[in-house]
Amino acid sequence: MRPFIYLLAALAIVGMAAVPFTAPWLQFVLTLGIANGMVALGVAILLRAGLISIGHAMFFAIGAYCIAFLSRMGINEFAALLVLGVTGSAVAGLIVGAFVVRYRAIFFAMLNLAISMVVYSLIAKMHGVTGGTDGMPLHTPTFFGVLLDKPGFDLALYYFAIVLMLIIGYLVHRYWKSPLGYALSAIESNELRLEYLGVSARSVLLIAYVVSAAISGLGGVIAGSAIGHILPDFGYWTSSAQFVLIAVLGGIGGAAGPFLGAFFLEMLHSASVNITDAWNLITGIALIVVIVFLPSGLYGLFRKRRRSGS
Amino acid sequence: MLGMIIPLVVDGLTNAALIFFVAVGLTLVFSVLRVLNVAHGSFYSIGAYIAASLCLWVVSAGLNPWLTFVALLASAVILAAALGPLVEATLIQWTFGKPESVQILATFGLFLILEDLQRIVFGVTSIAEDTPMLLLGVTSIGDMVYLNYQLLLILAAIVVVVALRMMLVKSRIGKLLSAVVFDREMALSVGINTKRLFLFAFTLGVFLAALGGALAAPTSGAAPGLGAETIVLAFAVAAIGGLGQIEGAALAAVIVGLARVFAIYFAPQLEAVAPYIVMLVVLLIRPYGLFGSDQARRI
Amino acid sequence: MSKRPLLEAKDLHISFSGMTAVAGVDLTIHEGEFVAIIGPNGSGKTTFLNLCTGYLKPNKGEVYLDGTPIVAMAPRKIAHHGIARAFQIPQLFLDQTVLDNLLIAMAAKQGIWSWFQNLRTARRRAEAMAMLTMVGLQDEADQFASALPEGKRKLLDIVLALALKPRLILLDEPTSGVSTIERFSLMETLMKALREAKVTALFVEHDMEVVQRYADRVAVWDSGRVLTEGPPAEVFSNEEVLRKVVGV
Repeated sequence: MRPFIYLLAALAIVGMAAVPFTAPWLQFVLTLGIANGMVALGVAILLRAGLISIGHAMFFAIGAYCIAFLSRMGINEFAALLVLGVTGSAVAGLIVGAFVVRYRAIFFAMLNLAISMVVYSLIAKMHGVTGGTDGMPLHTPTFFGVLLDKPGFDLALYYFAIVLMLIIGYLVHRYWKSPLGYALSAIESNELRLEYLGVSARSVLLIAYVVSAAISGLGGVIAGSAIGHILPDFGYWTSSAQFVLIAVLGGIGGAAGPFLGAFFLEMLHSASVNITDAWNLITGIALIVVIVFLPSGLYGLFRKRRRSGS
Repeated sequence: MLGMIIPLVVDGLTNAALIFFVAVGLTLVFSVLRVLNVAHGSFYSIGAYIAASLCLWVVSAGLNPWLTFVALLASAVILAAALGPLVEATLIQWTFGKPESVQILATFGLFLILEDLQRIVFGVTSIAEDTPMLLLGVTSIGDMVYLNYQLLLILAAIVVVVALRMMLVKSRIGKLLSAVVFDREMALSVGINTKRLFLFAFTLGVFLAALGGALAAPTSGAAPGLGAETIVLAFAVAAIGGLGQIEGAALAAVIVGLARVFAIYFAPQLEAVAPYIVMLVVLLIRPYGLFGSDQARRI
Repeated sequence: MSKRPLLEAKDLHISFSGMTAVAGVDLTIHEGEFVAIIGPNGSGKTTFLNLCTGYLKPNKGEVYLDGTPIVAMAPRKIAHHGIARAFQIPQLFLDQTVLDNLLIAMAAKQGIWSWFQNLRTARRRAEAMAMLTMVGLQDEADQFASALPEGKRKLLDIVLALALKPRLILLDEPTSGVSTIERFSLMETLMKALREAKVTALFVEHDMEVVQRYADRVAVWDSGRVLTEGPPAEVFSNEEVLRKVVGV
């Protein structure tokens, strides 16, 4: 079973690598898919502890706005933007996380939503600083020192994103299999027992939250760079909803799941852009369908029943 | 100085009244059903849309403008009757006994559905009909002019607080509700029909939210995104007061209403975030709100 | 068995809503002892355990672990200082396998902060299987903890506490929920494991035969205070004890 999955994954990666030549119109969609997958992965990390953040788009937005500000300040190298953008999101995650990890369940979810709405409204209202609802443009940065035109940069970004996806996916996979990752699951199983074993649930969660925020910010950096323009909508609750759906759908598939879910959803978006824009309706229905009809899938996510020896 | 403060206070209390309606519904449903309905704010916005639409119809049909008040109340009743039992009997009941994450996702899903449904049914432009507000006219005190409608709102909110408290303490159903809130297992074992109580409490919550929206419609209309704004605001207020605390929600609503209005006056940029700053400060000092307490304690 | 005091409770008081649950308790547990606490339901036994593990804070009094005052510490810190707790209702990670439950507990002891290393290292697995074998849970290693019957859940709960390699273990009714036949084999296994690991034990128990057989000392609880204490033979020939607790 295992080798088959690896083979499938390898084929998928090769397929993705060939896209700019075989199906160039997919390149942008897949780049965004990877970016969204990153945020969904961030949400999935917290889901492991049974916590649902319905406001995670804020870190996606913070990552994107960080690089927009940096670019405006004159920093024009992608590598620098990337590192600084992710750091900015991580710091934001530390600040927000220090507060929200005291809470669980619905309180946690709603606090995240509330804070994300605050972030959104600050971004949308501070026209002078953030351009308000017009957003901020992002000039094509140099790519590791190499000056490229937009199409060239997009191509480089695409391949870089694929590499990042593999690296981050692998690292999160290791995280989930480590003592710290199991501690995260243990928080949902029996937080009391964990505390009596001498482990601080808050510290475990804070680490998870910061990691999750950083990865989401990375997604924002990728998306922002691909689109070339940053808008407050990056951080709107509708975006958070999408990330939650992707995380819930794809959560069964370990660290790869969110990316698969993101690709699927992104392609669905672009295919139906002329048919409907009732994405909240669809997302809402999809969420309810998943939790009603795929309880084992969901249980796979929330109850983590694993086959022994896997 | 006083002449400056009083209008602000009246504005603040009006604001507070509207938030209170939706927050108290949220907190009431939480205390009885132990479910925090993420879609609760949508009941407010749908109430506003229906009220505004009905009022527009009343006016355009040339009917007696005072009927718009009937329209406001009717909107809340219709919405509560139509959606309350439906949502409670299907979605909410289904989540009982399931992990909390499922509850959160279910009500979040409902929220998403309702938000788009509003956009589809009512369109993307905002609608407003201020006839009820204009009808009541103004009162002059000194050289300040107050809208009587504002005073009506404040009065209505006070009536609701008192009525709720009296219901819980004096009426039979209220006492049953209190029993369920206090100890659900015990209430069940004594033979209390919790199903009916849950239905009642939830529908009452929907009614209160819809009433808030309907009463708000003449002053601020209905626009897309109102549901999302409202749920986070309602949550902030409920959290500040302590989840499940009715009087807490009232006090919190007053604090938040005043905070918003003072923010508009002194620091307009912060108006939208003022409630959340209050929430953050309160929660840092009292993690479960002013009158709340830590719910989950196993062992 | 040394006479060195390990846990000393001094003048412990706690009341809830006007009702005094623990009213001035002095109790000393010496290193290596197995001390049983017996007494009627509601006499404050579990409350005492809660006070010693940071779950509750007393209104008055102090508890010293090897000289260190612990009543103000969070349960987490007390665990680090060497007190482990097994619960009346077993507190397990129900959606993990029995083996994983123990691995998590062992990782908690060894340092949970590694994120890159695997939880299920070969060495840790071997150590865990050894512990499970010692208490007879080795066949259930790959079952989910939720599938275990009550008696085995209690065992697992105790094993998790032992994984902390504590100096003192507090057991809340270790044999309740366990069939009478299995009771003694459970206690034999447990006592053997504790003696081997040189762990001091304080256990609340209702089964007098178990107490008589395995306890070095018995503390009799009544209405929130210690009525009397001493070796089982002495305590069980005390008329007042027999009347109040054993129900003779």
